[in-house]
Amino acid sequence: MNEAGSAELSIEALSGSPRRVRRERIISRAMFCTAFVSVVVSALIIYALFAEAWIFMRDVDWSATWGQIGWFPRRGIYDMPTLLVASLWTTAIAMVVAAPLGMGAAIYLSEYARPSHRAFFKPILEILAGIPSVVLGFFALLWLAPNVVAHIGGEGGRGSMLAAGIGVGILTIPLVASISEDAMAAVPKSLREASAGLGARRAVTTLRVVLPAAVSGLVASLIVAVSRALGETMVVFMAGGAADAAIKTYSPYDGSLTMPAAMASLASGTDQVVGEGLTFQSLFFVGLVLFMLTLGLNLIGDRFVARVREQY
Amino acid sequence: MALTTIGTAARQGATAFTRQRRDFAGGLFKAVILLSLIVSLAVLAVLIVDTVADGWAQLSTRAWDFLNGSLRSRSIDDKLGVKQGLYGSLWIGIIVAASAFPVGVGAAVYLEEYAPKSRWSSIIELVIRNLAGVPSVVYGLLGLFLFVERSTIFGFLGLGWLADATGGRSVLSAGLTLAVLVLPIVIITAQEAVRAVPTGLKEGAYGLGATKSEMVRTQILPYAAPGILTGTLLAMSRAIGEAAPLILVGAISGGLTRNPDVWDTSGLREKFTALPIIIVEWVSERGRDPGFATAAAAAIVVLLVLVLLMNMTAILLRNRFEKKRG
Repeated sequence: MNEAGSAELSIEALSGSPRRVRRERIISRAMFCTAFVSVVVSALIIYALFAEAWIFMRDVDWSATWGQIGWFPRRGIYDMPTLLVASLWTTAIAMVVAAPLGMGAAIYLSEYARPSHRAFFKPILEILAGIPSVVLGFFALLWLAPNVVAHIGGEGGRGSMLAAGIGVGILTIPLVASISEDAMAAVPKSLREASAGLGARRAVTTLRVVLPAAVSGLVASLIVAVSRALGETMVVFMAGGAADAAIKTYSPYDGSLTMPAAMASLASGTDQVVGEGLTFQSLFFVGLVLFMLTLGLNLIGDRFVARVREQY
Repeated sequence: MALTTIGTAARQGATAFTRQRRDFAGGLFKAVILLSLIVSLAVLAVLIVDTVADGWAQLSTRAWDFLNGSLRSRSIDDKLGVKQGLYGSLWIGIIVAASAFPVGVGAAVYLEEYAPKSRWSSIIELVIRNLAGVPSVVYGLLGLFLFVERSTIFGFLGLGWLADATGGRSVLSAGLTLAVLVLPIVIITAQEAVRAVPTGLKEGAYGLGATKSEMVRTQILPYAAPGILTGTLLAMSRAIGEAAPLILVGAISGGLTRNPDVWDTSGLREKFTALPIIIVEWVSERGRDPGFATAAAAAIVVLLVLVLLMNMTAILLRNRFEKKRG
């Protein structure tokens, strides 16, 4: 039908040279593979966590994970409430620091700041976001503890959940600020103008119009920040005031280990992660609990962010 | 009579519009939110000033020796320094850039240009967004599981060679672990850059007979390059400052080559340390030898200079191109 040299156009002639088509297909497959890497990584994370945690859950004497005096993994005592209480305290303290400061900064930048001020302040907040957590750990232990914690009833000479919590809070300020600011920026200008047209002052417009309209984004910023604070490792590891084991305590003035800090302390030290029986597996068990908690929070946070996008 | 009434009313109305009633509540509100911004920035200032002041004793007298020295057991040792950490961190940065950059950009281009808008690609997007929120220690566990521990389950899957290839607790393992950690950041920022490419450019390329991959190469990648570069720089600075996954993967703080040659790749599969690990180690040693607090502060200054330089370059780059393209 389609002889060589024929001037007639056919479907084959329009589909391009077969070499080119083949190359396109190969490139598109390769691209798909790079995108698929993320799925593989997720699957491996879940597989690694479950595979090792399963061994822990199968072999552990469950009475060792509840109602013990504390977290002593190398002695076979894996009291989960110790870690959960410490995680709750540091996260709560972090939120007390980060929620007002982060949201306040976001409201100022989004509703009040002149463009020139915004252009000045915004990059500085972004720099704060880029500070490594070891630096905050150092700062929490050697500056916040003696200069802040010592004045609100704690001891200045050593780390505590309070010092670590404030440090984690500082670390999450930029996160709260940036998500909240995005949420407020998504509120249509017409709402603000309508409010101003009715005679509302800027503060009233902000509090009664912009914030209610942006509320799901603000909630999302807090949820994501809680998830981040729960997973923060180095600040608590360095400034949390507990080395490789922790006695159960309900006071934020004491030192303790959060879930990620317990994992880091278990993995550091001279004998690395080798230890009594299930020590290695306990690492993955704690990791699984932490992963599930943060994943749940992130999914909820995602829902809230999506709601903002749908509305406007 | 009636006219004067109207006149007075008008005057009253006018004063009502022009009179500056003090708005105390509003002023207070503004003051409070401005204060919260200032407190956040003041913390940053205190942090930097305090750290530099703490580390000054090391940095002012022997900055070069400090950069070139190695880990020592006493803080007054004049060969004390961070070179081994710099070596580790530098190679981690290189490995992260070399592996996360191509994979991340490829994934971003695939999701924006190739992927059919199906359930499948929205699943991939969801997975990436959730990966970005996974705590860094958990990535450390993944690295431990994949590259370090030769777990029996893994040998069963036929992937036991990974641990052999990376040499266990090595820079290579650490770099790959951190590459996986920052991959979602690279993908998400690259996706934004690719999305910002004007449709006109793409259609122009197609109109001239380009295939999809040619269009990507000649239009999308050059146009999105600054955005992609910004994302990669941010990802690298994140990777260099990260410590938790390294602890899990098994960075150590001793027993290393005293003075590694920076371009010596034979050390990639051996024991390693990195700047953040040195900081943690020295902070914990300050109880035994208080001079290590100064050394830790000096090491933090070195780390901050590296990380902040990268961040600032990224931010400036982005702002410049945002302004240019309006």
